[in-house]
Amino acid sequence: MATIEQTTEVGGPPATSGGAPAAGHGPHATATGVTNMKLLMWLFLSSDCLFFGAFIATYLLYRGRADQAGPGPKDLFDIPFTSATSFILLMSSLTMVLALAAIQRGDHRRVRIWILSTALLGATFIAGQVFEFTEFTREGLHVDTSLFGSTFFILTGFHGAHVVVGIIWLLSLWGLSMQQRLPAENAEKVEVAGLYWHFVDVVWIVIFTVIYLVPQPGT
Amino acid sequence: MTTVADRPQTTVTTTERSLVLRRPRSTTGVWSWLTTVDHKKIGIMYGSVALLFFVVGGIEALLIRLQLFQANGTVLTAAQYNELFTMHGTTMVFLVGMPMAVAFGNYFVPLMIGARDVAFPRLNAFGLWVVVAGGIFLYSSFLPGVNGVPNGGWFGYTPLTSTPMTAGFLPGHGPDFWTVGLIMMGIGSTTAAINFIVTILNLRAPGMTLMRMPVFVWMMLVVAFLTLFAMPIITVALIMVFTDRQYGATFFQPNFGGDPLLYQHLFWLFGHPEVYILILPGMGIVSETLPVFSRKPLFGYAVVVFSGLAIGFLGWGVWAHHMFATGLGPVAISAFGLSTMLIAIPTGVKIFNWLGTVWKGSVRLTTAMLFSLGFIAMFTIGGLSGVLHSIVPADTQQTDTYFVVAHFHYVLFGGLMLAVFGGMYYWLPKVFGYMLSERLGKINFWTMLIGFNLTFFPMHLVGLWGMPRRTYRYDSGLGWEGINQLETIGAFIITLSVFVFLVNVIASIALKRGKVAGDDPWDGRTLEWSTSSPPPEYNFAEVPDVESRDDFWHRKYTEDDEGHLLPIPSGGAYGKQAPSPNGHGIHMPSPSIYPLVVAAGLLPIGYAAVFQSWIPLVIGVLVLAFGVYAWSIEPGTEEA
Repeated sequence: MATIEQTTEVGGPPATSGGAPAAGHGPHATATGVTNMKLLMWLFLSSDCLFFGAFIATYLLYRGRADQAGPGPKDLFDIPFTSATSFILLMSSLTMVLALAAIQRGDHRRVRIWILSTALLGATFIAGQVFEFTEFTREGLHVDTSLFGSTFFILTGFHGAHVVVGIIWLLSLWGLSMQQRLPAENAEKVEVAGLYWHFVDVVWIVIFTVIYLVPQPGT
Repeated sequence: MTTVADRPQTTVTTTERSLVLRRPRSTTGVWSWLTTVDHKKIGIMYGSVALLFFVVGGIEALLIRLQLFQANGTVLTAAQYNELFTMHGTTMVFLVGMPMAVAFGNYFVPLMIGARDVAFPRLNAFGLWVVVAGGIFLYSSFLPGVNGVPNGGWFGYTPLTSTPMTAGFLPGHGPDFWTVGLIMMGIGSTTAAINFIVTILNLRAPGMTLMRMPVFVWMMLVVAFLTLFAMPIITVALIMVFTDRQYGATFFQPNFGGDPLLYQHLFWLFGHPEVYILILPGMGIVSETLPVFSRKPLFGYAVVVFSGLAIGFLGWGVWAHHMFATGLGPVAISAFGLSTMLIAIPTGVKIFNWLGTVWKGSVRLTTAMLFSLGFIAMFTIGGLSGVLHSIVPADTQQTDTYFVVAHFHYVLFGGLMLAVFGGMYYWLPKVFGYMLSERLGKINFWTMLIGFNLTFFPMHLVGLWGMPRRTYRYDSGLGWEGINQLETIGAFIITLSVFVFLVNVIASIALKRGKVAGDDPWDGRTLEWSTSSPPPEYNFAEVPDVESRDDFWHRKYTEDDEGHLLPIPSGGAYGKQAPSPNGHGIHMPSPSIYPLVVAAGLLPIGYAAVFQSWIPLVIGVLVLAFGVYAWSIEPGTEEA
């Protein structure tokens, strides 16, 4: 669903709220001053918060329940490795910001460099996750092994899916820019993709902390 | 919207360059409806879909009533009965209540705030097609050989629904169709909710401040936020049920330490806000009709708005009152009992505000008004039996009896549906330009009121006598037969009433026998009555400049010193000096086929999920990806 929001659409006339001076400016002026696209993305992310929130709550509820079959977190987690991939994902937020700054300056060569680096850093994180999943599966943890297996794979899996969607989105923007079709006036397209990307990063900070860093009772 | 190349000298329009399918141009015929992005056409389609499923869900209810007509009924088998009450509930909530509210919102929110369309016209069309796809998907489970009609209740409690198919609680694909179908429709309602919020916040006409908005718009805003936050929660719950069933995950499996109660928490954390998602639009509708037919402004506008907001907030803190019988412990049930009582306060405030609106007004008892007054009465009864459920010992007694069935039908049928019918009589003249027959309308109202009470009031009694819900037959000699027969007769009177309504719509609108409505048949107060019936594609030739609440009314009437209304001779007109009264030069969003393509792509993905098969998955993903990409490079408004 996330990629649908790439389109910019303005139905109806620019509206301004009465009394107050026109809050927006330019052709996209709206009653709140926030453009439709950006508001849409903020609303989608607020909804997505509840999506991850429900999964994280489930993980916390089942965390460390006794008598679980199969390998547990202590047997599987390689904290330094996951810290490294987490660090790579966080660095992609930096390159995302640099891409936005570049397009706002009109520096299209750097836009392409930074968007591509963001996508590549994201892909590195996903590669790490694929490696981790393979490794855990080899050591005997499956989605149907235990509560830990179910909650771990589903929560981190859906986060990974979000990152993959973000990578596809970034590569699409990169393709547009390569075809000279991402002018500085469309900087908002990069900004909105950035909002999504930063959100996915922030969610990972929570997930990483909750799953990997907070010690589990009883294991 | 032209996409300009970053080298300023090479301006390229994407139109010729990158569209695979030709831009749809028809303005009439089936194709124009399939590709429309006009919020009014989309609203009409939402309404038609909802009405169609209202009839389907009604037929399911009639079969249930026929089965219960006699003790030890033999019309249905136990398995069929399970399927019918599951599909009745699921249909009425997800395919009638929600789309019906979205239908009214889609058509009237932009008109009421003085906008020309919604913020994201194509996303709007997408929401509609996803709901249609979800409906087709759910009902395709009835096809012979599929063996998958959902049969675990509209709430789908675990571990009944979540136990892997091989373990055999619910063999067949019922819960799979149910979970995947609901996730699909959740995508549709989430996009609709986002669209409503952005439209209401961003596209208001100049001067249309938040506190000048019609209450219906306010209620749709609250509903949109509730939908936005409630849908992801049930999506998560459904994903967990689905993975439990299909991949043997352990979320709700007690033998792995999983907790079936977690599902109930997640479901009702969605489910109770869902109740307000269903009822608030009805409250919004009567808040529009009552002032018009009483010729008085809404009594205590701000209080009604804030009560709506309060209901929206409190609605998140009461979910566990659906679970009092599960043994949550005294602290939890006391807290949730209290919060449930609290919610009666803003609701009661609203009821008194509506009464205050009618009080000493010049009341016109039109059909729309009758339905609105019926709403107040029936909803109050439903609200009162609802407060009883906050008293934990009473609720424990009533849980899973027909008393609960009586309660929520008073709220949702007596509440939402009566308001919806009132809204139809009030607004269909604006939508189609013809008045519905008042004579048939009054027959419609009285048969519905009588049939409704005959069906559902006795359920309070048999419920208190102990008749359980969701049980396909009952023994003779319990004293329940007479009352069940009365209920079934009532159900057929409702059927007759709906039939009268459909005849009315067909005769008055389709056959054009109704009186021509004119722009403002009811002497309305809000902006939609200032434009023609039906409104032009662009809604307003000139965007209205709003100066007060009920702005259109204040352009028609002023008051003398004693507060009597005085018509303004040339009042009521917007845009008399419009530079282009015939709409020339107004750029409306162009039709697009891609919302339909993307929604169609979801359908094979759904079947792939249920049947675990790769071919439909690949097809669906390809269609989806094509639709999304073509959509994203297609300009929203084509250059003229």
